[in-house]
Amino acid sequence: MSGEPRLQVRGLVKRFGGLVAVNGIDLDIRPGEILGLIGPNGSGKSTVMKLIMGIERPDAGAVRLDGVDLAGRPPHRIARSGIGIVFQHSRPLHRQTVLENIKLALLPDSLLRLAAAPGVDERARAIAERVGLGAVMHRHPSTLPFADLRRMEMAKAIARDPRVVLVDEPFAGLTGGEVAAFSELIRGFRAEGRAVLLVDHNVKSVAALVDRVLAMYLGERIAEGTADEVMRDETVRRVYLGGKIEAVAQRAAAAASAPLLELDEVSVLYGKAQALDKVSLRVHEGEFVSIVGLNGAGKTTLFNAVSGLVPHNGAIRYAGKSLAGMTAGAIARAGIAQCPETRELFGDMSVRENLDLGGQHLPRQSRARQLDWLLELFPILKERASQMARTLSGGEQQMLAIARALMMQPKLLILDEPTLGLAPVILELLSKALERLRQSTDITVLLGEQNVTFALPHADRVYLLEHARMLWEGPPARFAEEMGTGYL
Amino acid sequence: MPARILRSRLLWIGIGLVVLAALLPFWLSAYLLGILTAAYYFGVFAMAWDLLFGFAGEVNFGPTFLIGLGAYTGAILDNQWGPPIPVCILAGAAVAVLGGLLLALPALRLRGPYFGLVTLVAVLLLQNAIVIFAGVTGGEIGMTVPDVLSIDATVNYWYALAFLAVCAVILFGLSRSAIGLILQASGQDAVEAQALGFNVTKHKLAAFCISALFSGLAGAMLVFYEGAASVDTVIDISIGVQVIIAAVLGGRRTILGAVLGAIFLILATEFLRPLGQLNTFVVAAVALAVILFWPDGLLGYVLRRGERE
Repeated sequence: MSGEPRLQVRGLVKRFGGLVAVNGIDLDIRPGEILGLIGPNGSGKSTVMKLIMGIERPDAGAVRLDGVDLAGRPPHRIARSGIGIVFQHSRPLHRQTVLENIKLALLPDSLLRLAAAPGVDERARAIAERVGLGAVMHRHPSTLPFADLRRMEMAKAIARDPRVVLVDEPFAGLTGGEVAAFSELIRGFRAEGRAVLLVDHNVKSVAALVDRVLAMYLGERIAEGTADEVMRDETVRRVYLGGKIEAVAQRAAAAASAPLLELDEVSVLYGKAQALDKVSLRVHEGEFVSIVGLNGAGKTTLFNAVSGLVPHNGAIRYAGKSLAGMTAGAIARAGIAQCPETRELFGDMSVRENLDLGGQHLPRQSRARQLDWLLELFPILKERASQMARTLSGGEQQMLAIARALMMQPKLLILDEPTLGLAPVILELLSKALERLRQSTDITVLLGEQNVTFALPHADRVYLLEHARMLWEGPPARFAEEMGTGYL
Repeated sequence: MPARILRSRLLWIGIGLVVLAALLPFWLSAYLLGILTAAYYFGVFAMAWDLLFGFAGEVNFGPTFLIGLGAYTGAILDNQWGPPIPVCILAGAAVAVLGGLLLALPALRLRGPYFGLVTLVAVLLLQNAIVIFAGVTGGEIGMTVPDVLSIDATVNYWYALAFLAVCAVILFGLSRSAIGLILQASGQDAVEAQALGFNVTKHKLAAFCISALFSGLAGAMLVFYEGAASVDTVIDISIGVQVIIAAVLGGRRTILGAVLGAIFLILATEFLRPLGQLNTFVVAAVALAVILFWPDGLLGYVLRRGERE
């Protein structure tokens, strides 16, 4: 593990409007080395990958491949220079067979070559065998299981014979056995002397594979070292867990009342990827329930299934009635308001207009009352009332998103990862607002979070979701004892 | 080798159809032959459009910009200087490619629906230009050309059939070639195609030029068949919409389906003519139903069923 780095990234910066998505990232990968780039959603790790590939143009910095700076070149030039990428999601050619899809990657970028060069067919077959697609190479992609589609993406990357391979979430949506097979393929890259960058949400999933890990948060590097070192790193633990886990004693009365929301063995498939696997859940009236889980565990999918945004198997009952067959709009009118992790604010409308839209269906008087109450709950929104939503800071936007959902006077408020991309100081403000919300109303809250310290203090009960399955359920106090250490 | 069997079967079916079509003049009236002749040129319009939409994934709302450039260039040239007809037709195709290039170079930089909007505006610009320069173009009335391909309906029919067959072989072959594969990848997932090392802009530009070449050729041929060029027959937006409907009706990404769509559309319009005003309405309703219930089109539907088996 010595010698010149194959890929050298220096001072990489990317801004999206006012947001600095990547701020001065440096990284080195040597030939035959696997580097894990990890960070929670919104940390900028995917942007780094896109900057290296040229899919986004960096605002500053260098991306050197064996000493040649490629920063700012178009992606096809960077690809021809020797960097390849395995996308997590792709749209294969559906009218062509698997073999033809692989052959595509072997074609020259030329307008004059009408037929593939001799030998291409043989090479494509060899690659298909190598990634384990030998038996299905003449089938169409739409007939393949999810893992085989990902194998095909891997095959296309291999076909380009890149010196550097970028892999986006290598194991997302795969079963245990498939993970082992893919790990073996990635180790094969290392053995061939390629430099490999694995981008993933957390250390756990790539720990067994990587030589080094670089952790990012809010666009900056927070730790670098072996997987063990990074997992033990204080800053990393604070980012993922939020520091020391504290559970506050909660009111116990809620559990006695009737369940407001019931899920029985709910499963969701995205194409061929299992996003939720027989998940059951109960939320009683007036209760505050937290679902904790790392990014990609299935939290958002669960909420979308409840809100009627994705089709699902299994039963979902709300106030005793099945939600099957109801449209998303009808479910929202029945009293379930979801505050999505992407916030979905109307950026070019003012704070006040965003709130008014949320309360559109209310009679004028109760709308005014609801608005007054919310502005009291989130005083900062009163100051910003005439400002455009787009110009708010991340924390203010999150408060506006919650306030807008509350304008609908929901019985059940679903908060999906409200801490996403927020600085610790803001988290405290948000936490206090939630506390006030709990004290001043009898609203039922279902919170999805990866930040355990944020999720636990308010919760009456906690669920742990991992790899599309519910692993654990219990009071917050016991979570720290039983699950606290194994979570990361 | 299922692909090779399919291809050879397709070849024999194709040859059979062309022979059958070539014998039609012995049965059909001159009137019906005339309709089919127009339908064949229309088929080339639709195939050229499908190469751009079905393969490169770019919706060209202004196929008549390219068709019109070819048609009017040929007509004006013939009127002003009167060179042999083939020269006029080739010049029309050249101008269509040039115009297409000038339009696509800046427009392909735009993302989302803007490319389509630019092509739509281009048609309006061309239409206005023709009205403004009425002295040369004949304006809204249109212009006649002194020379025609032939005055015999059967000969005209054979010209159109041969032209259609040659265009179909070239465009279909192109769609099945390495370039067709790269174009499809660019149309479906441009980011991934670039990451595989393909210059997506270059390939889409090439597709636009090829589409322009065949549109321009067919446009000019049509003028020398009909003996006249007018805004209503080769440039109007509604003609463009018919080309698009023909291609979608026949089946996106099939090239040959576009021919079926075009023939169906022209024949249907003709046979429903006794309905008067209702005629266009019925044809539009049929097209709408096909797009809603068989979005893959006639040929696309058949192919998909074959894939599943």
